[in-house]
Amino acid sequence: MTDLALPAAAPATVAATPVATPPWRRRALAYLQAAPLTLVFLIFLVVPLALTGIVSLWEYNEYEIIPALTLQNYADLFDGCLSADLCTTVRTYLSTVKFVALTLAITLPLGFAVAYFLAFHVRSGTVRMGLFLLCTIPFWTSNVIRMISWIPLLGRNGLVNDTLRGLGLIRAPIEGLLYSDFAVVLAFVHLDTVFMIVPIFNSLARIDRRLIEAARDGGASSAQILRNVVLPLAKPGIAIGAIFVVTLVMGDFVTVGVMGGQQIASVGKVIQVQMAYLQFPAAAANAMVLLAAVLLMILGLTRMIDLRREL
Amino acid sequence: MDVELIGLTKRYGAAIAVDAVDLKVPSGAYCCLLGPSGCGKTTTLRMIGGHERASAGDVVIGPKAVGDAPPAERGTAMMFQSYALFPHLDARDNVAFSLKMRGVGKVERRAKAMAMLGLVQMDHLAGRLPAQLSGGQQQRVALARALVTGPKVLLLDEPLSALDPFLRVRMRVELKRIQTELGLTFIHVTHSQEEAMALSDLVVVMNAGRIEQAADPRTVFERPATAFVARFIGGHNVIRRPDGLVAVRADRMRLGAEAGPAALAARVVAVEYQGTSVHVGLDADGLERAADSPAALTAILSDAAFAARPLRPGDTIPVGWDATAAHRLDA
Repeated sequence: MTDLALPAAAPATVAATPVATPPWRRRALAYLQAAPLTLVFLIFLVVPLALTGIVSLWEYNEYEIIPALTLQNYADLFDGCLSADLCTTVRTYLSTVKFVALTLAITLPLGFAVAYFLAFHVRSGTVRMGLFLLCTIPFWTSNVIRMISWIPLLGRNGLVNDTLRGLGLIRAPIEGLLYSDFAVVLAFVHLDTVFMIVPIFNSLARIDRRLIEAARDGGASSAQILRNVVLPLAKPGIAIGAIFVVTLVMGDFVTVGVMGGQQIASVGKVIQVQMAYLQFPAAAANAMVLLAAVLLMILGLTRMIDLRREL
Repeated sequence: MDVELIGLTKRYGAAIAVDAVDLKVPSGAYCCLLGPSGCGKTTTLRMIGGHERASAGDVVIGPKAVGDAPPAERGTAMMFQSYALFPHLDARDNVAFSLKMRGVGKVERRAKAMAMLGLVQMDHLAGRLPAQLSGGQQQRVALARALVTGPKVLLLDEPLSALDPFLRVRMRVELKRIQTELGLTFIHVTHSQEEAMALSDLVVVMNAGRIEQAADPRTVFERPATAFVARFIGGHNVIRRPDGLVAVRADRMRLGAEAGPAALAARVVAVEYQGTSVHVGLDADGLERAADSPAALTAILSDAAFAARPLRPGDTIPVGWDATAAHRLDA
């Protein structure tokens, strides 16, 4: 290895050249190096967002879209929201936020527990790798198949109901297993826990094991170590995992659709329906509001994590 | 408090890291466990601190055998190699950590932590995070953290090895000052014989899981018990004589006319100027030479003596020593 590396290091003059280049060339080089990522960002993020923003300000009627600036789409969106009853938009958002909260409340402890086990209790790297692969098994098939596979399990005459009836625990099948809030949350947990596990594991794996020893030396119990050392140091991972879950659940329309039996409203679902009816300006306005809502939630999340520096 | 090790043993499967070590460290002593890496000194320290379970034997701290008691119940505190400060806590909260674990109130534990930081002259940087402190400053914080609960025995795992040489010497003085001031028993693991000499009342030289010699630094240097000790502590020539091994201090070697009747004819193979002294590497037929050393013998001459009779590599000179300077070795 070292023998092979030597000739490459030999031409010392190459290393000396940057010193000789004029500053403008160096600057140009830096811009050139940053260009590919900038381009990707421009094409795949800034331009589509700008377009969505522009279209959200256009007028539309049953058969055409008129490129004229108007805030009507936003006004329609929040129509009646100032009255006593909640308007559709707010109710839809509340329903979606409820799913976010429930999914977070389950995936966070679950993901943390799995990541903790992987980071602190699995000694061998091979076993750890294998267990990680196990976590990704849900992703080996398509999203739709993953969700459909719940149907024979949770359905009216599904495995769960059959088994419970067979055991004599229930007489009539439990109705709420499928096409309900429960089913939606179950599917979200199924899909999103791994997005919690990976960043939290990453944070935990970086914790110096001597810190745990130092804490024990200072008389900390296992619970105190978890509370005062492990959790604070896992916060970045928890924040990243939570951001993943929030964005995934907020923007979802497939899971809520399939697992909710097309009966449960969600923001993503609304946008999808508007798209289906070619009401692009309305969908765009909805999308902009959704974006703002998600950004606010993420902002709040990072705030909370930073401010909770325990003293 | 006294610390006594009784047949303390640590096995990892078939490998023995610490082999039935017996040792008594008197109360208030500064004890250095000295040895090459892998000699079992750190494992011994960790067993004293309760961070490693002993395979056999016991540790007695003060009046009671501590057995498998957790670290906090032993009256020991450990200062970890590379400090292990909590990166999310500032210096003050790092020091206050163990008080917090014991349920000491916020005001009280902060006051105590500040007092402790004062002792190590770090109170002006109490609000800094470890990442904002230099190596020496982190070390002081780690020392304060270890001392804050009032341990009777402080265990230090290579505390100075991460510092640059200047800082190392300064912190050495500091450690000794604090140990004397607080009257604690310090057990300090190091691989530097210089550090051990400078600090300790009791030097414990370890090799391959066993104690080679445990004595005050002067005894260890003047009368090394074994060839290993003589070689490891440095400044000695280990010479095989017909009646066994002897150790002769390098500064007691006699060259030229003073070499005496039993002198060997030696070749000069190396000359190293050290300021106050000059180290002369010598080689002679019939002497064994350690694989890693360039010369079979080293003679340390004062700079004046060397200036009076300069030597160059390749010169031949008689070499001998006073019979009184030769110290018999066990093995």
